[in-house]
Formats: sequence, C-alpha cells, structure tokens
Amino acid sequence: MAIDCLILGAGQEIDFSLLSKTGDFDKELSCIIITHFHMDHVGALPYFTEVCGYNGPIYMSYPTKALSPLMLEDYRRVMVDRRGEEELFTTTHIANCMKKVIALDLKQTIQVDQDLQIRGYYAGHVIGAVMVYAKVGDAAIVYTGDYNMTTDRHLGAAKIERLQLDLLISESTYATTIRGSKYPREREFLQAVHKCVAGGGKALIPSFALGRAQELCMLLDDYWERMNIKVPIYFSSGLTIQANMYYKMLISWTSQNVKEKHATHNPFDFKNVKDFDRSLIHAPGPCVLFATPGMLCAGFSLEVFKHWAPSPLNLVALPGYSVAGTVGHKLMSGKPTTVDLYNGTKVDVRCKIHQVAFSPHTDAKGIMDLTKFLSPKNVVLVHGEKPSMMSLKDKITSELNIPCFVPANGETVSFTSTTFIKATASDTFLKSCSSPNFKFSNSTQLHVTDQRTADGVLVVEKNKKSKIVHQDEVSEVLNEKNHEVSLAYCCPVKGKGESEDVDLIKELSEKITETVSGTQIHESGNCLQVGSFKGTLCLKDKCVHRSEISSSEGVFLCCNWSVADLELGWKIINVIKQNL
Amino acid sequence: MKLTCLSKGDGFQYPPCHILNLCGFRILIDCPLDLLAITIFSPVPCDVEASEYSSLDAQNPVQKKQKLEREMTPADLVCAEPWYKTVKALHLWEVSLIDVVLISNPMGVLGLPFLTQNPGFCAKIYMTEATAKIGQLMMEDLVSMHMEFRGFYGPEDSSFPGWMKNLDREEVPALLKKVVFGESGDDLGSWMRLYSLDDIKSCMKKVQAVNYAEEVCYNGTLVMKALSSGLDIGACNWLINGPHGSLSYVSDSIFVSHHAKSFDFHGLKGNDVMIYSDFSCLQSTELTENGCNSPDTATNSEKKDENLAASLLDTEESLEELEKLAFVCSCAAESADAGGSTLITITQIGIVLQLLELMSNSLESSSLKVPIFVISSVAEELLAYTNTIPEWLCKQRQEKLISGEPSFGHLKFIKDKKIHLFPAIHSPNLITSWQEPCIVFAPHSSLRLGPSVQLLQRWRGDPKSLLVLEDGLSSGLGLLPFRPIAMKILQCSFLSGIRLQKLPTLLSVLQPKRVLVPDVVNQRINLTEIKTNSILKYSENKTLRVPRITANPDVEIMAELASKLSWRKLRQRENFGIARLKGELLMKDGKYRLVSGLEQEESSGKARPLRHWGSVAPETLVDALLKMGITGSVEHSTGEDGSEDNRIIHVTNPSSGLIETSEMGTTIITDDENIASQIFQAIDGILDGI
Repeated sequence: MAIDCLILGAGQEIDFSLLSKTGDFDKELSCIIITHFHMDHVGALPYFTEVCGYNGPIYMSYPTKALSPLMLEDYRRVMVDRRGEEELFTTTHIANCMKKVIALDLKQTIQVDQDLQIRGYYAGHVIGAVMVYAKVGDAAIVYTGDYNMTTDRHLGAAKIERLQLDLLISESTYATTIRGSKYPREREFLQAVHKCVAGGGKALIPSFALGRAQELCMLLDDYWERMNIKVPIYFSSGLTIQANMYYKMLISWTSQNVKEKHATHNPFDFKNVKDFDRSLIHAPGPCVLFATPGMLCAGFSLEVFKHWAPSPLNLVALPGYSVAGTVGHKLMSGKPTTVDLYNGTKVDVRCKIHQVAFSPHTDAKGIMDLTKFLSPKNVVLVHGEKPSMMSLKDKITSELNIPCFVPANGETVSFTSTTFIKATASDTFLKSCSSPNFKFSNSTQLHVTDQRTADGVLVVEKNKKSKIVHQDEVSEVLNEKNHEVSLAYCCPVKGKGESEDVDLIKELSEKITETVSGTQIHESGNCLQVGSFKGTLCLKDKCVHRSEISSSEGVFLCCNWSVADLELGWKIINVIKQNL
Repeated sequence: MKLTCLSKGDGFQYPPCHILNLCGFRILIDCPLDLLAITIFSPVPCDVEASEYSSLDAQNPVQKKQKLEREMTPADLVCAEPWYKTVKALHLWEVSLIDVVLISNPMGVLGLPFLTQNPGFCAKIYMTEATAKIGQLMMEDLVSMHMEFRGFYGPEDSSFPGWMKNLDREEVPALLKKVVFGESGDDLGSWMRLYSLDDIKSCMKKVQAVNYAEEVCYNGTLVMKALSSGLDIGACNWLINGPHGSLSYVSDSIFVSHHAKSFDFHGLKGNDVMIYSDFSCLQSTELTENGCNSPDTATNSEKKDENLAASLLDTEESLEELEKLAFVCSCAAESADAGGSTLITITQIGIVLQLLELMSNSLESSSLKVPIFVISSVAEELLAYTNTIPEWLCKQRQEKLISGEPSFGHLKFIKDKKIHLFPAIHSPNLITSWQEPCIVFAPHSSLRLGPSVQLLQRWRGDPKSLLVLEDGLSSGLGLLPFRPIAMKILQCSFLSGIRLQKLPTLLSVLQPKRVLVPDVVNQRINLTEIKTNSILKYSENKTLRVPRITANPDVEIMAELASKLSWRKLRQRENFGIARLKGELLMKDGKYRLVSGLEQEESSGKARPLRHWGSVAPETLVDALLKMGITGSVEHSTGEDGSEDNRIIHVTNPSSGLIETSEMGTTIITDDENIASQIFQAIDGILDGI
C-alpha cells in the first residue's frame, strides 16, 4: 500500500528519524494531516516543521487551525515555565508553523498530489476533529483519529458515509467499555453539584480549556436556568473565555441542536458564567469553578484544590480520564485522606469527590458499529490498553469476520490493496451490457428475471491501452475477417400422414418446448428458429446436408446452427429424431 | 452532451439559466427570478398619498387614452399585488424530466419553490450550504416583504391575475408592455404568484447542501463538486465528472474578492468541456469599447502557466472595487454631515457586509454621530451566519476568524449600539432609537418591496439625502413612482464577473479542450487566437449539441475478475492477447466498473471459442483430423463462375460426414454428435478464435 507518506497526528514523543534516515522529510512525506488539536495529536508539529525542517503541506480543519496555536502555546508555557524543561519550540515557531497550514472544510476533497486524495469526516471528539479518508490509486483507508459515536450537548456524533475501504485504522481507547445512556450520568453530576452549592460549598471542576469544559458548562448553565439557581459559575483562565469565543464562530462544527439555536441565542453565550479572580478563592459563599488544567496535574486547578480540599462542604468533580501519577488519578482510584501535591506538600482531603464519566471517546459498541458500517477489508486498532484491544480484536474477527490487527509501536503491517485494471470500452460493448436480458421461467408462477451480464472480449496489445470490445468487434479490432463455424444437418421428420407443413412445424415446436426448457421458439411458415438454430422444411430431393441419401421420401427439416448453440442444436435434433 | 441556454439573465440579480443534457440526465442550472420586472407594479402607497392614488386609479378610460404618446406617470404602473417573473423558457420543459438542479449562487435559488411545488418535480437539488442558507433567508425576506402588498390588496381569490386583464390595451405604455409580455409577446405565462413560507420550507427540504469542494455523486454516474466563484458568499462554479469526461460550469466569477472566497480556478484546469456562462460583460458598456481586442493573447503562449495565473490575480480590479466602496461611504458621510440621511438598497450580501464594516469604521473615526439601521426580517440571522462560515470567506477574513476575531466587523458595532438591527420598519423599538440623519440599509433593490419604499417616500424631497442604488434601476421603471426626486442618487455598479480582457488568459490557464461561449460574448471579443481550444457558441433558447471528446470511456476491471481470465494467444500476432470477459458492469462514482457477476459462468478455460477468424485450408484440416483418427478426403467443387470458393471434405471414418469450407465460414454436416465435436476441435485448432 502506497500510503506510507502520511502522518496523521504528530504526538509529543515521536522519534522522527524513523520516518527518514536522511532527514529529507519532504521527500518521504506527501503531507501531514492533523485530526484534532489535542497535544497528543499536534504537539510535535511546530518542532517538526520549524526544527526538523519539514516543508510539505499540512492539513487540518478550520477549528483545529484556529485552536491549535492556543493549545500549543499553553503546552509550551507549561513545559517551560512550570516544569522548567527545555523548550522544543518557541512562540515564533508556532506562529510560523501555523502559517503553513491549509485549512479544510468537512468532506472537502483535496488532491494532494497526483496520487493522493484526502477528505475529512466529522469525528465529534472535540470541535474540529476529523476522521481522515485517504485514497491512493484504487486503495483507500480511513484513519479515525479520536472519535465519538454519540451526540454530545455541544458536538454531534461522528458521521461518515459508506466507503469502499481496504483498511480502517480506529482508535480503541475504550476497547471493552460499553456505556449506557448518558442521561443518568448527567443527572448524577448535576445533583452532586447542586447538593454541594445548596449546602454552601464550593464545587471545583478541573478540566482542560476546550471540550469537556464547554460540555459541562452548557449542562450546568441550562440547569441553573431551569432551576433558577443564582450561585455563580466561574471560568478560571482566559483561555477558556477565549475558547468560548471560538466556539461561537465555529458553530457549524457543533451539534445540530446548537446550530439550530444559534441564530437567536448562541448557546456559548453562557448566561450565568463569569470570570474568576484569584481573590475569589477565599471568598465566602458557594460557587462553581471550572479550572484548568484537568486531571489536577499542575497549575491553577491544583492550587485551588489545595485550598478547597480540606472542607467537607466542597466538591471536586473530575470529568473524564486522569493519567496515572496525577492528583486526579489518586482521587479517583480510592478515597485517600491525604494527598501529596508536589514537592512533599500534603493536603487533607475531606471534600466530596465525584467522578463524571463523560468521555468524548467512543466506547466498544461505537467501534463495532463503525467497523460494521464501513465494512473495510482490514482493521487496525491503535491507542489503548493492549489486553482490551486484543479482546476487541477477537470480537471484530469473530463477529464481523474482518481481519484485525493490533500492531505494536514500530511494527509494520502489510495489506493487499484493491487495484483495478483499466481498459477502454467500446460503445457496442457498453450498449450490450445495458440491453435487457429477460428470462421467463414458468414453474408455478411466471418469473421474469433480467440478469444483465457484461459479456465482452478484452484485447490487450503490447504498449497500448487494453480495450474491451463486443465479440462481434474482435475481428475488426484485429483487422481480420470473421470465419463462421456452424453445424448443419438435414434431419428426417416423419409427420403423421400427409399433414400440412405449418402443422408439422407447430407440432415440432411443441415437442421442443416440452423437452428443451427455457427457450423461445419463433415459427414462421415452414421455418422454426431457436436462438441461432434454424430449421427449414427441406423441399430438395437431394440435400447435401442429408447423411443417408437413402430415401427421398418423407419430410426433412434442414437444420443449421452455430457453435454457440452447439448443445442446444443437438438437443433439438434428438427431439426431432425421437419424434420419428 | 447538449446545452440549452434558457435565459442569459440580467446581471447579478438575475443569473443565467441553462438546461444541460449530460449522460442522459437533464441538469437545470440555476432557477432565478427576474426581480427587476416587479417594477411594473406600483409600490404600496403610504398613508398620506393613498387617497391620491385611488383617485388616479379611478380615472376614466378616455382620460387614459390621451396618455398614449407621453411619458409614463406613476399612475401607469399596475396597482395590484405583484406577481413575479420567472424564466420563460423553463416552463416549456416538463418538470418531471429534470433529474438534477444545480444552483450556483443565492440569487439562483429564488425561483426554485415555483419548480418544487409542481407535483411532478423529482429532481435532486444541489447547492452549497452557504447558498442554501442565504438563499432561504432571501426567499423568506421576499415573502415577508410581500406580505405588505397582500395586506393592502387583500387576498386574491381567483387564480387568474386580474392585473393582466387590461395590459394589452393600446394606451398602455410600450415600456410596460415589453416587461409584461416580453420582446416576442409570449412572456405572459412566466408570471407567477409568489410562493408561501411553506413552499420555501418544502423546497429547502429537497435540497442537498454540499460543503466546500465536497464531491457528491448523482446516480453513481455524475460526480459533482462546487468550487468558489468569488461572486458572493457561497457562490460557486460546478465541476462535473462523468464516464464520458469532465465538464466545468463557470458562472459569474471574481478573481480577487474582499468578502467571499475568491474564484478557485485551479480546480477547473484541464477539463474536456467548459461552459462559460459569465454574462456580466453585458452589464457594463465600458468593456465593450476596449473588450474587442484581446490585448496580450499573442504573448500569452510564451509565458509560463504561473505567470498567466498570476496575471489573473492582479489586484487592480479588486482595488477599484474597494475604491467604489470607499466612495459610497464618503458620500454617505458627506450627506450625513449636511444633515441628510442615506438609504442603501443594495441586495448583494458581500457588498452590504463590506459597506457596513467600512461605514461603521469611518463613522467611528470621524466625529459624526450617525446611527446605522439595518431593516430586514432576516438581518439578524444573516449577519450572525456570515461570521460562522470561514470556508466561504476570503483569506483575510478566514485569518481573522482563526486569530479569534469575527470575520466581519459588524458584531462589535451591533453590541456597541452603533448598528441597529430591526426586522421591519414598524418594529416597536425602531421608533425609540430612530434618529435622523441616519444611514439605512434596506433591501430590496427593486424599490418596490420592503422598508425602502416608505423611506424613499419620506426622503425623496430632501436634497440633502442620498439614495444608493444598484446600477440599471434608474433607467427603467424603478424610480418612477417616487418622482420628482430631490434626493441625490448614487448608482453603483460593482464588479460582478470576469472582465472580458481576462477571458483569453483564463482559457490559456485552464486549457479546456472545448469551450462553450455565449454568442453575445463572442461578438465582443475575438477568441480565434486561442488555438488550443475549440470554441463553440451558444445562443439563448437554442440547443447546442456538443460532440463527445473522449471516444471511449474507461472501465475498471476488478483484479479478482482479471486474475480469472483465460488468455488466448493469437497465431500470427505475438503482441496481442485476448480473453473473454464476463461479469457485471456497474457504474460507481462516475466510472464504469466490471466486477464478478452474480451467476459465475463455468470456468472460462473450458468454454469453447464462439468467434473465429482466419481461413481453413482443407489439406491442413484433413491432416489434423487424421491425427484424431478421423479420415476424410478433399473434394474440389467448382463454383458456377469457375472460382474455387467452396471446398468440401468428405469424412468417411468412423462415421460419415461432410465439411464445407470457404472464405466466409465452415459448416460441419453430420448427424453424429461426437464426430461433430471432434471436427470442431480440429477446426478450432487451425483458426484463431475467442
């Protein structure tokens, strides 16, 4: 398969030397496609273009192009300012890199070069996330990136059309999880937050700036409106505010529901949401705070946590997944009473912990549904925990009967791809293919079938394009004269007495219909015709087609048929002979 | 392929309309309304003058007769609920036979409900998402503006339009007659009563909206793709790929736009057929003068492709457009300075958006405190929508969105209460924020519908006020009901297509194998110097047949099927290989594809050849038969004219038979089935066959 020149997502820890030993990446890669703006998909892009020197085309959706620089800058700051690591790229690198990006609309079909065609489909994971369809020659693949098969409050479900695929590369973060309806989970979350603020507590929701923050905020804002709650909801960082600005403009990438509403009221204009100020950490009274980053790994959310965790009135709601080693992970994996924050700082955890199982990743059912819908020739699962991926692989292989692979990093899997042989077709051939080919069978009910089979001759000449022609045209193409091979036999027919010729023909045709099924007999005068078989009552005394010149008495049917109807001809002859 | 131009249209408001017959499918391109034609109707009179009008209406016929040879007066206009003029020739086509409707810009949607409300309509409609949205809003706006008439004249019961009754009288001015009946006098059937909101809704339900450059496939045969034309937001050119080649439909296009995504001509390169449907040159007289000589065609061939493409993108004309916009703004500012108001009736959305932005900016930088009003039932939705479609906007505006700013600057001014949006002139809050002088954007450009009628009646006597019109309106009936006018009038003509001088260069860049050009364009520019293209001319209401370019379409044979083929070598020709091919012919994505059929024939290796060529030498055949254990002897029979054309072999053992052979063919005569098959094998061994 020729798509070896494509990175779909450039994560943080990629050893780029795997791609090209010489470092000439432009030659090795046709293009880069970024599926969405998460750091594990775009994080290394500025490094690759600005430091490694990749200069080829880079494609991403409009929202990804708009939001990636924010995410990259945030990431760079966290790396450098907070963790004190050496920076991989600078702010200028990000800006320069983003200038090279070509923005894509959904389903926009782009011809990258002579061979490669790409297209993005709605993936629903975060705003602007796409699944990538790529086609080289006749071979086609889909790389899903991260996707979500259920509709969110603010994003739609992944949407793709039926495609003929050689390979589907699907994420499998939740390869064994099967989630029920999200409504009970939403209700639980809302009740937990409501209970907390009603009791005068503060609710902390550590989350990343884009994605879950909007989803949960929409949920809360709606609930606040319905229940007429006046407790303030805060956003901690400017980034989230800025992100909301983008969401307002990128409305065409959100869910159908949001799109319909936005003309009158933009759902990202949250009514109850305010900016948070550091001084408000110790302000009395209840509140809800969305603080970045998620997972309580560092930064502001962790700082707030330090202050709020000791009070039993307060609540920490953790949306989604937390990486092992983070405070979020510790909180989720048990009920610790004290937690190590950083550098030995400990804090007593007396607040309530609520885990919000909202994930923008598809569950196992979603993966199965998508695989079944697309019915690719092969499936490769990427991203996830090995044991669950293996069990999903078995499920795909056994239930859908599609070969499935779970390659390890650095492992190469090869597939045979679809290829077509190209030929030009003559008009006569095409016409013959579309002419109806009715067949009537009369068992108990009349059955009419119209099975059109394309029947032609492929002519291949060295150094020329192959041609498909109708069989009548072959000799013309070869510049030869037709030579027809046929069979002939003047068969004796003994009629009953001296019956009329027409009656005899009728009688014969009845007999033929009885024995030879599925034929259509044409009678005219003293002739009968079945396909190429033609029988005429022979009036000659001596016919060359007669084998026994024995008797000139009696009636003869002079028959002639082409080799195409060789068997048919003999069948008829046998019928006539039996009739003797 | 056949092309019938149903109407060459009339500028931006009334795009051309064609029927294209391609691969056996009928494709209607655009379905516009002749909106200028409604100027024959009298606007809804405002309260003050209502009595005056009705008295005029009551004038007796004798008085009217005297008006024969004089200038038209407002009283000549038709006082009735307006009807709308559609494309005349479209009514001659059986609606149910249209397979596909392609819409290339929002103005091309306006007549669509007339078509879709026909019960026989079953075509698939494709348009870009932006066109669908904007087009729907414009239609809804039209219906809501029209309500005023319905309210004034009351419901009309009969389906026959009462207003038409008296129009064929002699005393009716010729100008009016020409609009109603057309040049040839048979336009009457093209007038339709306006559709309802429900009609729009059910029409839009039938639309398949496409994204930018999304490929959609009709019936497996035609693959269509919309690429920006630059004319307006959502406006596009169509690229159609079928089994018999590729075709591009180029509508009015603008190379460098300051609002919409510019003309994407790179995607249209190298097509088999290009339909050039840009009639914009007919709108401006300026081009006729210097359009006849195509300046640098001779040197074009020497230049490189990129240079050519670059020369198309020169910013001269786009700067000119910006200057025009700036001029409109300065005029508005001037009249505001003098205490006069400005009424802008331009409908083109891109222009309105740019003017809004420019005016708000220039007003902010100056000391003038003049409010801007946008009065339209759909203004709010439209303005909100235009900031959410980066894919249809020009580069600069895309970048704005990507850097977190709104694409068009109006949002901020709306928030700051510098721009006020009102759905109608009688909106309750309008009067509280109303303040004169002011600048009002009020569609509709025909000056018959919407708030512009009332405002024009209010300001027409004020010499300090300014009316900004689209070009072409004042010459007709447009301003008649408002005369005498003391107001200043500014007529703007904005670039609405490809300048004729650029056509030769465009053709050299795109290199279509055939170009279809309107005869009216061909008269104005000499295209003969472009040798590489064959140029065909088409005329309104005539069908042009275009012969196929690619002789034979391609077929893709599935590899599985091809691997099962059994090849036959030919005796004389080593370069050839032939094989019988059996399968199912499918059409997918505009390509023929041959796949293994449902009912697989017996392994084709065993199948005997059915066609033969070459000739049989009797002696060779006898030898071959002998090897199979069949004995026979050759008998030369002489034909009547003495030529040896029929030769006979008598087969004697193991059973008797006869073989007749000539140049034309060979006949096996025997009643023994086995012998016959053996003889056939022998013949097959001598001849080439398949």
